Amino acid sequence: MSQLFSAKNLKLLTNPLNMENPITVQVLGICSALAVTVKMKPAFVMALSVTIVAAFSNLIISTLRKGIPARIRIIVQLVVVATLVIIVDQLLRAFVYDVSKQLSVFVGLIITNCILMGRLEAFAMANKPWESFIDGIGNGMGYGWILIGVSFVRELLGSGTVWGYPIMEKLGVYTIGYVNNGVMIMPPMALILVGVIIWIQRSRSKKLIESK
Amino acid sequence: MENHINLFIDTVFIHNMIFAYFLGMCSYLAVSKTVKTSVGLGVAVIFVMVITVPVNYLLEKYLLKEGSLTWLSPKLAEVDLSFLSFIIFIAVIAAIVQLVEMIVEHFSPSLYNALGIFLPLIAVNCAVLGGALFMQQREFSNVWETVTFSFGSGLGWAIAIISLAAVREKIRYSNIPAPLRGLGITFILVGLMAMAFMGFMGFKL
Repeated sequence: MSQLFSAKNLKLLTNPLNMENPITVQVLGICSALAVTVKMKPAFVMALSVTIVAAFSNLIISTLRKGIPARIRIIVQLVVVATLVIIVDQLLRAFVYDVSKQLSVFVGLIITNCILMGRLEAFAMANKPWESFIDGIGNGMGYGWILIGVSFVRELLGSGTVWGYPIMEKLGVYTIGYVNNGVMIMPPMALILVGVIIWIQRSRSKKLIESK
Repeated sequence: MENHINLFIDTVFIHNMIFAYFLGMCSYLAVSKTVKTSVGLGVAVIFVMVITVPVNYLLEKYLLKEGSLTWLSPKLAEVDLSFLSFIIFIAVIAAIVQLVEMIVEHFSPSLYNALGIFLPLIAVNCAVLGGALFMQQREFSNVWETVTFSFGSGLGWAIAIISLAAVREKIRYSNIPAPLRGLGITFILVGLMAMAFMGFMGFKL
């Protein structure tokens, strides 16, 4: 067991949370990160789905990596990912139908989520299955916390709720003249919020600052 | 005809792939450093979309939808293969991108060199698969509507990437706070552009 969670493997798990975050540093998987973050619940479901698909596609591709001819590897990767996404999609429809409706096409778009292809190409094709599995979970979580962070701000300021709970109403701020900020629900604010997260992250760790 | 014009304006400006749905964001941010390369990628995306979306529409109509196999035999009326749509769509896109790559390489090596690495990358561009999935949702009545739809979406994407590239070429000389440099300011820029595009939402078509 200690072998499975060696220091190197733990690093694979924690690195994507900050220094190698898929969204803010590697610039992967932005599309869905922005589109599903109006409410926290869909964002959480999306983060979970991506983590599961990333972990298992990494595992499968890494297991098969020696048998995949280099020329057709993209197609093989796409087929593996698409199959996993179909399973996730059917599960979502069966158990959380309302969330599945809200996510609409974005569940299908997990297939072309760059995090998956990026990690498959950069990591799973060259590493052992268990490391790849951990790498998938780590990257999924790195993606997930950005999603949940952005959706928390957007839901709180845009709709005055947290996970559907009407917190602003309970605090009674509406009676003293507080109004929800409608722009928060609109697409542009998602982009600006991610921009701000990147700003904060880079001012804290100077290593990430881009050269001119 | 009027229908087509409305659909075209709707897809280019109101439901712009980038500013309303954030599709194809990865290559949008990665490739928009210079106007020249972004024109190449924009053209390639339009090209691939106009081919793949109608093909996927025909597959959806005659193969995947519930009751769509009746042209084969009336006994198949209850077969519903729509759960396979993701895998079929992505396979079609990957195959057509490969095909387009070979055709372009054969007939126009200069265009092929100009597009370079972008052409194969389009297979995993969310905008193309997104186009196919939105087509599935919107339930178009005939194939010509999907041609207009895909051309409009592709053009909207191309306009977005070219204008962002033009802005980024200019801000190279401005004095941006160090932590915002590069990716951070690009996100905020796209946000501001998306706000401008929100102005089109008032259109009633």
